[in-house]
Amino acid sequence: MKERLIEKTLFFIACSAIAIIFLIFLFIFIEGLPVFVKTGLVRFIFATNWAPTKGNFGILPMIIGSILVTFGALVLGIILGLACAILLAEFAPLSMVRILKPLIELLAGIPSVVYGFIGVVVLIPLIRSTLGGPGFSVLAASIILGVMVLPTIVAIALDALRAVPISYKEGSLALGATQWQTIWRVTIPAAKSGIIAGIVLGMGRAVGETMAVIMITGNSLKIPTSLLDPVRTLTSNIALEMGYASGMHQQALFATGVVLFIIIIILNTIAILTIGRRG
Amino acid sequence: MNKIQLRPIHTQRLVQIGLWILTLLTLAILLFIIIFILVKGIKVISYDFLFTLPVHMGKAGGILSTIVGTIYLTLLAILIATPIGIGSAVYLTEYTRENIFTKVIRFGADCLAGIPSIIFGLFGFILFVIKFGWGWSLLSGGFTLAFMILPTIIRTSEEAIRAVPISYREVSMALGASKWQTVSRVVLPNALPGILTGVILSIGRCIAETACVIFTAGSSLRLPTSLFDSTRTMAVHFYILTREGISMERAYGTAVILIAAIIFVNFLVYWVMERFIQRYAK
Repeated sequence: MKERLIEKTLFFIACSAIAIIFLIFLFIFIEGLPVFVKTGLVRFIFATNWAPTKGNFGILPMIIGSILVTFGALVLGIILGLACAILLAEFAPLSMVRILKPLIELLAGIPSVVYGFIGVVVLIPLIRSTLGGPGFSVLAASIILGVMVLPTIVAIALDALRAVPISYKEGSLALGATQWQTIWRVTIPAAKSGIIAGIVLGMGRAVGETMAVIMITGNSLKIPTSLLDPVRTLTSNIALEMGYASGMHQQALFATGVVLFIIIIILNTIAILTIGRRG
Repeated sequence: MNKIQLRPIHTQRLVQIGLWILTLLTLAILLFIIIFILVKGIKVISYDFLFTLPVHMGKAGGILSTIVGTIYLTLLAILIATPIGIGSAVYLTEYTRENIFTKVIRFGADCLAGIPSIIFGLFGFILFVIKFGWGWSLLSGGFTLAFMILPTIIRTSEEAIRAVPISYREVSMALGASKWQTVSRVVLPNALPGILTGVILSIGRCIAETACVIFTAGSSLRLPTSLFDSTRTMAVHFYILTREGISMERAYGTAVILIAAIIFVNFLVYWVMERFIQRYAK
């Protein structure tokens, strides 16, 4: 009798994660719904004019901002992340791995406000003096976010590279291929799905990052025409205006949250499915 | 064209050098951040900085209330999330076979792990702060953070429980123990160090978190005396100090404490994990 009760209790507890996801979507959606109804979904997403006090809710500039910053971050994150992952999985001696891996993981632990701050006091003045423009820019955000998503890419890609059966590599090496030829032609293709999953998860982190982005993108509402222009992302739009918004304006921020939530869930699902297919 | 074709072994050398350069660049970034903050902020650190309350919105005085706020909020989140996380992990590993249901739960946990903190902030704000009427408070912030760290605890606990050898369970069952007795007296104690790493990792996330805390726990600088008091964490304090240009000096000081806490937490994770791995590495 007691055993049955425990099993039932554990069952309910186990449902909590999925229940929380559902609740999050429900509450944010209900809160944002009036804006979708009034403005219309298409106009909300494709209008370029965000003037909440006048009742104009168009988030296209923010969507473009998020996309630009995310792809910029991925360029840097993928180059550095895959380099670290390949080195750790294939070339570095075990004693080095034991030092390098915790250090890369430490990068993931550093608070995003600290990253943002470093961006403001170091990177932005540097960009302003060397490349011109205001400094607060797509470029600055891409560099900082690139470093921030790197640990995610390293972690997942490293797991994927290590999971490639040793016999694959032995086969290639026995045929006379060099270590690098083996990695490039055998190991990486075999670990492809895991590497892609890591990149997609990194993408999710870049899209969702808030505090660092607020501090370094300049938060302008104009659609940028160069990498040195300031932008505003979906996340910073929410965080910047939540403090004082009310009524329809606040609901519009929740609606922005709904769009963000859906983007993240799509990215997560892609990542989870690609990892799952491998295992 | 083929004249400049490198011999494979030379290509390998070049690639290896390239990979080392990129990896060292990554580490250089990490070291730069840590050293930069330390150099600029270490002179602010003193007994008074740590143990007196902020004065004039943080322009003067110390950061005691933000340290206390961080500890309370983290503790609360851990207390809420740990039992739920371990319970979910036990159910997933000990009570079911792999089926569509476990897949759905795991999918939920993985998805939850990817939700950005600003979304948790929106959710916590509307549910706890507004609908439940808890206002900006430790309680609202604690629950929101707990939801955020839940997937980490589920995942690490699951792995830790799976690492306990089947034979342990078989021996316990053979001695006549029930399922629950086996789980609670044999499996969980042996999985404890692994579970602990997940909890410590989550502590690190709570300390570093800003976006979801600022909308749920608020930013009051007073020492909280009840669960319904608003509080400010170190990360939020750091953000406000720099954003509003209140005091750069004190911002650097706060950042030093933040970074030190994160490094300590990461170190702890490794220390516990090493011991856990040693136990089962044969």
